[in-house]
Amino acid sequence: MKLEALPWLILFLPLLAAGIITLFTLRNKAVSATLSIGAIVTGFVLTLALIKFGGWEARELSVNWLSIGSLTVDFGIKLDALSLMMLLVVTGVGSAIHIYSYGYMHDDPGFSRFFACLSLFTFSMLGIVLANNFLQMFIFWELVGVSSYLLIGFWFEKASAADAAKKAFITNRLGDFGFILGILIIFTIAGSLNFSVLQSANAIAVLGGSATLAGLLIFCGAMGKSAQFPLHVWLPDAMEGPTPVSALIHAATMVAAGVYMLCRVFFIFTPDALTVISWVGGFTALLAALIAVQQNDIKRILAYSTLSQLGYMVMGVGLTAPQAGMFHLTTHAFFKALLFLGAGSVIHAMHHEQDIWKMGALRKKMPVTFWTFMVGTLALAGVWPLSGFFSKDAILAAAQHHAHEHPITGWALFGLAVFVAMLTTFYMFRLVFVAFFGAAKSHGVDHAHESPGVMVWPLRTLAIMSIAGGVIGIEALFAGALKPGGEHPHGLLAQLVYPFQHAPVAALSGLAAFAVGLFLAWKLYWNAKEDLFTVKFSGLSKLMSNRFYFDEIYEATVIRIHDAIAAISDWIDRWIVEGFCLGLVRGGTDLTGRALRLVQTGNLQTYAFLFVLGVAVVLWFVLGK
Amino acid sequence: MRAVFAIPYPLSSILAGKRMNVGLEHYLIVSALLFALGLLGVITRRNLLVMYMSLELMLNSANLTLVSFSRFNDNLNGQVMVFFIITVAAAEVAVGLALIVALYRKRQSAHVEDLTSMKY
Amino acid sequence: MATDILFYVFAFLTLACGVFVVANPFSRNPVTSAMFLVLTIISMAGLFVLLHAFFLAAVQVLVYAGAVMVLFLFVIMLLDLKEEERRKIKKLSLVAGLVSVGAIVAIFLRSLLATNPGKELTNPTAVGDTATLGKMLFTKYLLPFEIVSILLLVAMVGVILLSKKDFK
Repeated sequence: MKLEALPWLILFLPLLAAGIITLFTLRNKAVSATLSIGAIVTGFVLTLALIKFGGWEARELSVNWLSIGSLTVDFGIKLDALSLMMLLVVTGVGSAIHIYSYGYMHDDPGFSRFFACLSLFTFSMLGIVLANNFLQMFIFWELVGVSSYLLIGFWFEKASAADAAKKAFITNRLGDFGFILGILIIFTIAGSLNFSVLQSANAIAVLGGSATLAGLLIFCGAMGKSAQFPLHVWLPDAMEGPTPVSALIHAATMVAAGVYMLCRVFFIFTPDALTVISWVGGFTALLAALIAVQQNDIKRILAYSTLSQLGYMVMGVGLTAPQAGMFHLTTHAFFKALLFLGAGSVIHAMHHEQDIWKMGALRKKMPVTFWTFMVGTLALAGVWPLSGFFSKDAILAAAQHHAHEHPITGWALFGLAVFVAMLTTFYMFRLVFVAFFGAAKSHGVDHAHESPGVMVWPLRTLAIMSIAGGVIGIEALFAGALKPGGEHPHGLLAQLVYPFQHAPVAALSGLAAFAVGLFLAWKLYWNAKEDLFTVKFSGLSKLMSNRFYFDEIYEATVIRIHDAIAAISDWIDRWIVEGFCLGLVRGGTDLTGRALRLVQTGNLQTYAFLFVLGVAVVLWFVLGK
Repeated sequence: MRAVFAIPYPLSSILAGKRMNVGLEHYLIVSALLFALGLLGVITRRNLLVMYMSLELMLNSANLTLVSFSRFNDNLNGQVMVFFIITVAAAEVAVGLALIVALYRKRQSAHVEDLTSMKY
Repeated sequence: MATDILFYVFAFLTLACGVFVVANPFSRNPVTSAMFLVLTIISMAGLFVLLHAFFLAAVQVLVYAGAVMVLFLFVIMLLDLKEEERRKIKKLSLVAGLVSVGAIVAIFLRSLLATNPGKELTNPTAVGDTATLGKMLFTKYLLPFEIVSILLLVAMVGVILLSKKDFK
């Protein structure tokens, strides 16, 4: 088996699985699941083989696909540390989630359809990761949007699910609009869409004055996909999908596609664009964390947590530290997927009850779930030596480093990041204390029991990765691809103490934030029967729990305008196009027909007369010449 | 008189009374007038049979034209053609009259205004 | 000279009888029109003779006046048309007729005035007598001759078929 064939196999096996399931095996649950799980696990194994035998160097394979005039588009595969690492994440985490879904969706009538959609999504996501030019990435970008629409709206009989799917797709489309505009600008000015070509030709210089604009427009695409403010409204609603979907799409992979894309095309962004990106990321992080503080649905809390961490990643990219952003993306994939799957396990055990104030004392009922969830929470909160600490610290260090040249931006973002870290700890431990500790708050808890093995083993695997992920040299890999020339620690001990040596302020601030957040959460929520925050800060709490009324604002402004435009278009279509233009044609034809009909009198002599007249006219002109 | 000279030769010569020798134009004028009369009959008269007779008149005018051309071109081809035309006209009259009879039997009228079933 | 006078006589006769065929003031009976048509045909035969088309003149009288017009009269008698009721002369049809006739005459005049067709007839050699015409018919125009005979057969069959009373 040639090494060059492996990436193509990895990419197309899930598509094959999706196709076969859709066409042939919709009724056969076992075969569908086998095909889908087999495709992604094979992908994971092949990725490992690719890395082992091919190494981490950058290389490209491509097939000429389109040639129209001056536009030549290849269908290509770009392999370097960035994409290989992302491949590992997608196939690895994806495999875990596919296996988990076998248990979670076991009783669902749409079982095979679910796996077909999952495989389609895997194919699309791998396409984004492996793309080597803008157009191909955009195509797979849209495909991911479609797959997520199918998966979020999986239980489409529920009106809320269908609405959520629509919302996700439309909000994504808004971002994609900016994205395609950016691509068009790049193509018009630079003439090529291939990443390697653009990077080696120093795209910023080539683009000249429109470089910032192009960069910001491309960032629009990332805003849509990674749910940055103001396009963040779709992510919480997307929790309508089944929990494995939330884990796969909205924790580990799809939302990470935005960040991945930003890192992939990092060479496009001018310093101005990067400033905007970092502020958008920071603001999103803050906004989401504040909203999460007062949510009561376990999946919503995790959703807003995802939003917040995505803000972190985008902020990292904006602070000219894409390797930090990618590092956090990778670790976040591990522990967020873990948290979501753990939440799914809890929901499954509580018979689809999702309100944390109806849980409690699950620690004793579901020990494995509890311990893995705890690991995930600690990782998310950034506790040393778990993976989350290292990745969050990388971003904080980047902010600190950035502050050397830009003190205002740098320190403001640093302070913001630390505050958000504190909030993260606060709301996560609020969740843990209320749901797992304390007394049982409803009768549903009595019947809860640990989930079956097929759901629990992925939890264990992801927990191990969450613990160890910080010190296996992931950041060095990314830095090698994205920002070569830095120095990085080697060896386990060196890596463990590196943050304290290199950027002690950042490391210690992070740990301090954790301590403060833990203390506050313990104060308010240990053994609490009701939410004290709501009682004490009722005004603020109302704002937070209503998501700062963003959805309502959008509804009142954007949706209204959209409806007005739609009504006007309807009027134009009905009256002007159909009534006037078509009516003109219809009436004209009708009248002409009626007029011409009068010639047919049935009288022989009329015909004779017309005949003679015609002959006379023709002869006149013929003889006259 | 001067106005008459404005009309080109040979019509002017005829009208001026100079040329009394009968030439081709004379025959052609007769034939044209006969044709016009036949046409008028076809379009104006409403009795089917009279219409048909006017049609025969038009045919005859064509015969006259052909024969006069044949004479003045010193050629017999025109006369042969007239021979054929007369034959065909005879056949045509037979068939046409049979049609008129059949029509009369159906519609009980030989008046063209009663035969308007092709009207819109 | 004599031929010229004869020409004028015959021409006048032809045209006058033609007028009476179309619009005779004597009676509305189609028989009257048929009679005048016969006269027209005979005058035309005279014109043919003046043009040295002797055979054709004879054929014209024999076939046209003798057979065709007789057929016409048979049919008129068969249909037993009463005198045509005085239906109102439609102004529109009169106008239409005059317009179309005017158009045709205008074309004729235009082509006549534009060219000069009248060569003087000098020593014509072709004489349209029976022998010459017959020779031509049986050599140069043999095929049309045979086809016309088939045409007559077809016409005969057609007429018989058309005049059947019912089609059982």
